Amino acid sequence: MQAERHELTVNGKRAAVWAPPMTRLSEVLREHLALKGTKVGCDAGDCGACTVLLDGKQVCACLVPLAQAAGRAVATVEGLADNPATARLQSAFEHYGAAQCGICTPGMLMAAATLMERQVPPSEAEVADTLGGVLCRCTGYRKIMAAVLHAAGGSATDSVQHDGAALVGQRVAAIDGNAKVTGTAVFGADAIPGEALRLRVVRSPHQHAEFTLGDCTALYQRFPGLALVMTAEHIPHNGFGVYPDLKDQPVLAPGIVRYRGEAVLALVGDAQTLDSLCDDDLPITWAVLPAIDDTGAALSAPPINPSQTHNVLTHGKVYRGHLPAPDNPGMIQVEGEFETGFVEHAYIEPEAGYARPLEDGRLEVSVCTQTPHMDRDEVALILDLPAQRVRVRPPACGGGFGGKLDQSVQPLVAAAAWRLGKPVACVYSRIESMAATTKRHPAMMQARAWADSAGTLRAFEFDGVFNTGAYASWGPTVAGRVPVHCMGPYRVPNVRAQARAVFTHGPPSGAFRGFGVPQAAIAHETLMDELAGRSGLDPLEFRRRNALRIGDVTATGQRLSASAGLPQCLDVLRPHWHALRQAAAAHNRAGEGTTSRHGVGIGCMWYGCGNTSMSNPSSMRVTLARSGEVTFYNGAQDIGQGSTTVLTQIMAEAIGIPLPSITVVGADTDLTLDAGKTSASRQTYVSGRAAQLAGEQLRAQLLHRANVGPRARIELAGSTVRFVEDGRAHTIALADLPSIPGEEGSADVVLVGEGTFDPPTQALDENGQGEPYGTYGFAAQIASVEVDIELGTVRVTRIVAAHDVGAAVNPMLVEGQIEGGIAQGIGLALTEEFIPGRTENLHDYLVPTIGDVPPITSLLIESPEPTGPYGAKGIGEPALVPTAPAILNAVFHATGVRFRKVPLLPHRLLAGLKGRR
Amino acid sequence: MPQFSRPTSLDDALSALRDSPWLVLAGATDVYPAAANRTAWGEPGLMHPAAAPVMDISGLPELQGIYQVDGAHEIGALVTWTELIQAQLPPWFDCLRLAAKEVGGHQIQNRGTIAGNLCNASPAADGVPALLALDARLRLRSRSAQREVPLTGFITGNRRTALQPDELVTTIIVPHPPPASRSAFLKLGARRYLVISIAMAALCVQVQEGLIEDIRIAVGACSEVAVRLRALEAWLRGSEAGAAAGLVGPDDFTELRAIDDVRASAAYRVEAAQQLVRRLLTSPVMR
Repeated sequence: MQAERHELTVNGKRAAVWAPPMTRLSEVLREHLALKGTKVGCDAGDCGACTVLLDGKQVCACLVPLAQAAGRAVATVEGLADNPATARLQSAFEHYGAAQCGICTPGMLMAAATLMERQVPPSEAEVADTLGGVLCRCTGYRKIMAAVLHAAGGSATDSVQHDGAALVGQRVAAIDGNAKVTGTAVFGADAIPGEALRLRVVRSPHQHAEFTLGDCTALYQRFPGLALVMTAEHIPHNGFGVYPDLKDQPVLAPGIVRYRGEAVLALVGDAQTLDSLCDDDLPITWAVLPAIDDTGAALSAPPINPSQTHNVLTHGKVYRGHLPAPDNPGMIQVEGEFETGFVEHAYIEPEAGYARPLEDGRLEVSVCTQTPHMDRDEVALILDLPAQRVRVRPPACGGGFGGKLDQSVQPLVAAAAWRLGKPVACVYSRIESMAATTKRHPAMMQARAWADSAGTLRAFEFDGVFNTGAYASWGPTVAGRVPVHCMGPYRVPNVRAQARAVFTHGPPSGAFRGFGVPQAAIAHETLMDELAGRSGLDPLEFRRRNALRIGDVTATGQRLSASAGLPQCLDVLRPHWHALRQAAAAHNRAGEGTTSRHGVGIGCMWYGCGNTSMSNPSSMRVTLARSGEVTFYNGAQDIGQGSTTVLTQIMAEAIGIPLPSITVVGADTDLTLDAGKTSASRQTYVSGRAAQLAGEQLRAQLLHRANVGPRARIELAGSTVRFVEDGRAHTIALADLPSIPGEEGSADVVLVGEGTFDPPTQALDENGQGEPYGTYGFAAQIASVEVDIELGTVRVTRIVAAHDVGAAVNPMLVEGQIEGGIAQGIGLALTEEFIPGRTENLHDYLVPTIGDVPPITSLLIESPEPTGPYGAKGIGEPALVPTAPAILNAVFHATGVRFRKVPLLPHRLLAGLKGRR
Repeated sequence: MPQFSRPTSLDDALSALRDSPWLVLAGATDVYPAAANRTAWGEPGLMHPAAAPVMDISGLPELQGIYQVDGAHEIGALVTWTELIQAQLPPWFDCLRLAAKEVGGHQIQNRGTIAGNLCNASPAADGVPALLALDARLRLRSRSAQREVPLTGFITGNRRTALQPDELVTTIIVPHPPPASRSAFLKLGARRYLVISIAMAALCVQVQEGLIEDIRIAVGACSEVAVRLRALEAWLRGSEAGAAAGLVGPDDFTELRAIDDVRASAAYRVEAAQQLVRRLLTSPVMR
């Protein structure tokens, strides 16, 4: 298709584009007009991230041929600030916390912009209809709804509130929020150097197969723009993995593939060449081999993964006390088998980025990630380089949820750029992202629980088999974390719990918000409901009676000396619980004989913050320059959850200065210390404590120089620092302080604060006894549902969530985590099921839309954690864990049927109801 | 490089189609996703040198607009879902209007055309059950001929139609149903927006003095091709409108030949289709 000249109007300005007429408008905007605010999430009209206005109407720019945009007016996020109404919308998004990772934000804003000219403020239903075509995976949509209602003149509650200092405990807008609402935040695909070669991965269409690659000489001759056919042989050390001793996943398959979507080879060249070169052009010969999907079959099969001698990757266990003898007459016993499937992270930003050689002989990698320092070490290992020769400078991360903790684009672009000596970039397609990257572990869980006749939990038995796919990834983490948590947040004196991670020919199961705990929670919370029923107790009261509290000992023998607020969570839920249960009963009485049944269920959870029984330190650094500038070197990668804001609030509090006076340098392995991974709900707790220590160290030095006491107020005024103590002021001139030697490139640094925190943990012994975590998050959530008993559909109508977060550093961001986690919990419970080859796109794989997330009330409990920063602990994963079980228990309340397999698709629900009849 | 053509008259378009085959697009909401699907697995995309030449018919003035003619409404092939939703149309169009509101999000409704939905011939095409219930016909034109085919004969299988390579759909003809007819539509999916139907049902009915004078029922997304339930229609014709739902039984859905896929089992679809039809038969249009 020949390039032609097209003229269009973009944000009121005429633009001429020379490109083929079928070029997608999204590509025209991003690549030809350098308007990178329009994001590409799927190239299929399924996610709405690329929504722009064409002659004032919402369209997916990925579905508009340039030829059809010619002569018309296109409006993008870059133009919103020019109009007061849409500028108000941007401001509302920022101040309501409606943008988390920010990748869907431009599309959401453009969709919402169509509501801004209306005379009558839109209703919530009209906003939902208008925004229904844009998916968000972070926020759970509620703050987006509030922001749009506010900006469009309707009503809305909660928004930013702080006193200007924006210290700990205040509702502060995300400090990177403006970049997100203006479309200027730079994500993985946004900063690719113009001269970069493109890399396309050739992926296996087979689950298990051997292949041979023939001579490529003819291919190079036929495609002069082809720079490299990169194969396993080009990778110096062809294995990566998150565990130091488990580098089992090849960057490129060495002649055998073990899952559909595995990387076979990589084609590097100019974009036009890669568009012309199809897999059929390659001299690949396949020999398809039988595949094992089922963990049961895998247990007795020869090893799937060559690094192993059998198919059990890890076996985690927690044994304490003794299980009751069978048929013990004094005991109520319940049991069940539970099943979950692969779940896809479905962040709206597919993996993307580039690598380039640096002039100093090093390699720079800029790929969206949750773990900059591990990326550096993995890339260095793969290339056989010392870690110092790799610099990782991550772009903004458009959602992660655990899926960007493993290597994806990084080793590919790094190896190609290193070999060719040129920048090389790669952007995964949506389908590629879904087929190739990690998933939540499918689980088969058998569980049994015992209570005495008074309703006191006595014992719990759990055997979980977790499908870890073809490579290890985070399988050991799941198998280790699940036995610790699988009995739920309760006092259980006798436990026999084991979990195994088992290899299959599936996609690698890795980290996904909760590391196996959300799956296990479905089992324990169903059984808790059943025990409550059997012992004649209300489900909430049964949980309250058995809830872990301060002073209790967990199943691993750890005494909870502080911060265990589940009883308070249940107490604040109680009035909501009774009101909602009564309303449901009234509806069901009134609607006897109709198809609509209401139900209300509850789920509880606990979650250890940080890595299980492993050192996982964070280090933070802050400098004071002679000019008075305070610079916070923050190596914790913000993936949209807001860690940059939270950590800077902590830093401001620790130093005792207002947040706006701090300049933040984000993760960069050359500039920032290792703050570990953005995973395991550890950044607020672990990095937050490190930031507090760094800030306090800087403050202590300042106070010492001024010879004032610990409660003195610090005021920065350019190169003078003023101290106010007991009504008296002192000043010091920063000019008088000596420079710190060795402060590279910042000779005017006069003071440095550093802090490192590693949560206090102990290894687990052979019976799983020990202290695996420094602290635990606790929560309980109530879900109200409406079940259509003839169609088998479930609509979640309300969630009330109570979370013990230790201390809410930023309540608005905490709510954002809770709401987003709940949305993912709704998907886990009802709609999300990744089936390789079947649901590899965002129209067959169904994440919740704005119409699927009900009103959410978040109730924050603050049972302070002494080792956390100002009492805080993590919220990222706890938010998701109780939602699915609460929904399943609500479905039981509505229908009288227990469901033990998720997602509870309509046909499964209806089959269950019919089975009962 | 593949050729691209954006004709400005129907005759030019039909002449080009007579001479060689083209990939025809209007709203492009199916063409690009299909291409994304292919390129993800290393198959040729739209820019591949060997890709089919593309004809963009969105500039053809002859295919625009909705017109009332003698005894029918004619919907131009380029009419989008949004245009249909916003058009002033008689009450029997409610089923199609409701279906239009369930298509994708506003982004797709603004771009996708009703005729394109029919030509794409997905088993879950949102427009098909309503247009079946409305007894719609399609006008097809080639350079040398024009023909009309009923929608029932147009879609012949999963992504297969009776459209010849040299033909375009120019018009969807919706004949006026008997006086005072009303219609309704229900779509069932696993989430609220952007959802491919598990099952759909459409009804167009004329009720006079409490009796069903005329009735057409269609079910979509349950079988390879959406179907009219003609035996059930015959069974219900003449019966009391208020009792119609009670006359529907499982045997009325044997024509369905339900499909099994990731969205639902075949058995479930039969069940859901029955439920949707019963609900339509108890909806306000029956009064």
